[in-house]
Amino acid sequence: MTADVAVLGVGMHPWGKWGHGFVRYGVTAARAALADAGVEWRDVGSIVGADTVRGGYPGHVAGATFAKALGWQGARVTSVYAACASGAQAIGAARAQILAGLADVVLVVGADAAPKGFFRPAGGERPDDPDWLRFRLLGATNPTYFGLYARRRMAVHGDTLEDFAQVKVKNAAMGALNPYARYRKRVTAEEVAASAPVADPLRLLDICATSDGGAAVVLSSLEFARRHGAARPVRVRAVSTVTPRFPNTVLDLPDIATDSAAAVAPAEVTFRASIARAAYEEAGIGPGDLSLAEVYDLTTALELQWYEDLGLCGEGEAAKLLREGATAPGGRIPVNTSGGLASFGEAVPAQALAQVCELTWQLRGRAGGRQVPGARVGITANQGLFGHGSSVVAVV
Amino acid sequence: MPRIRLPAVANWFTGTGEDFRLLGTRCSDCASVFFPREDVHCRNPGCAGGALVEVPLSPHGRVWSYTDGRYRPPSPYVSDPELPWRPYTLIAVELPAERIVVLGQAVPGVTVTDLTVGMDVRAVPGVLYEDAETTWTTWHWRPVEVRT
Ligand SMILES: [Zn+2]
Repeated sequence: MTADVAVLGVGMHPWGKWGHGFVRYGVTAARAALADAGVEWRDVGSIVGADTVRGGYPGHVAGATFAKALGWQGARVTSVYAACASGAQAIGAARAQILAGLADVVLVVGADAAPKGFFRPAGGERPDDPDWLRFRLLGATNPTYFGLYARRRMAVHGDTLEDFAQVKVKNAAMGALNPYARYRKRVTAEEVAASAPVADPLRLLDICATSDGGAAVVLSSLEFARRHGAARPVRVRAVSTVTPRFPNTVLDLPDIATDSAAAVAPAEVTFRASIARAAYEEAGIGPGDLSLAEVYDLTTALELQWYEDLGLCGEGEAAKLLREGATAPGGRIPVNTSGGLASFGEAVPAQALAQVCELTWQLRGRAGGRQVPGARVGITANQGLFGHGSSVVAVV
Repeated sequence: MPRIRLPAVANWFTGTGEDFRLLGTRCSDCASVFFPREDVHCRNPGCAGGALVEVPLSPHGRVWSYTDGRYRPPSPYVSDPELPWRPYTLIAVELPAERIVVLGQAVPGVTVTDLTVGMDVRAVPGVLYEDAETTWTTWHWRPVEVRT
């Protein structure tokens, strides 16, 4: 087990399509998190930026860009890129600095101004880049991979389109209660079924949108938190940032093929399951200890996959868990009380941080109408393109 | 002047008709197979790293899953924006001998309603797109028996 760090403050800029630059969202979130922590920016010893290069500003490095916008004050800077997992890696970097004694207080910021339509690779002719190749050779957009996973679940586990729709119904109902969500309207199963097909068997309302948004977290040592008067802060107990193990046998974006398992037997658990397993081991807990989970519902079907990968149920039993209401408010293990990506849309480098913001509000008992009564332990789970695992366990 | 035929990606497939094969590489030390081909280092972490030798992959496999693209993909996918978008079908195919899943477009005309998970398919030559001078070729998956 690793030592804990304290979550002193969290903050977000509402998700949406606001038409501003990403710096504005990040700075708004950062100021909110600093205010929530009761910490002055000039007293922050380190800033970690969660990067993206997809919004059209490669080189406009997030960590230093936010430090400049907040006002240069000399803080140590770190910038990390891990696609959708950037936020968790930023938390991992911040935690390592705190536990190594390099900084008492670290500000972690992620923000994005999302492009319109499909995510696409940067321009040019780059046949050595798998992300470029899958678009050039196959036209394989992100939703087509999601369609493959959904169809596979239907064939292997008997999931139905109605099950997928019920995930959206559940998450939209929670998003309606979240002031930071982009979509704050309940959705019916009929509306999901009537939405436009995008990548068989998935429809528009099964798939998360791309959004603008920003999220920030202020982390500190437990000693600093105590001196600061935070007697019982929410604590980060584990940060899993694992990579896959060869052979990786689940077809994964942006790859055109899996690894071959002809010569080497695959690991006992898939990459996604190993992300959670590493977090559980580091935290010294198991799925039975969880009060809630925030998972990366890029699609309704993927949320069901995460139930199994987090060990909330056995393989193939996710739809049953959903139908029983176990993952809904009031259930045994509510999932995506924030409303999830279904209600937010994806603001890539901010998303894993937004998951931690929700855990923090829940563990403080300040999640309003979304509150899970008596929440003590929460987990986030997420997976970034190119083999970036991400899971954070927070406790109170 | 007729267009010349060139592969849309070099050295990933070879042959015509019944002799068409996807090309991967195999490590001469640990026998791991790679597609897309690895030509520099074996990626098996337990392998000291042998020479990587080009090998044809099995032409037949089973459908692992399938989907389609109802909207025009962005560049670098090449399509004529003047023409209405015609959805294409994508099939992920498990090759039993290599124990690998390879994604590809289905031959034109095959839709998701023609497919089931586990169905037998075969790799066949296909056309990705054409420009003024060149027909850019690729691989397609074709169901061995198309239901009608
Ligand atoms: Zn080898």
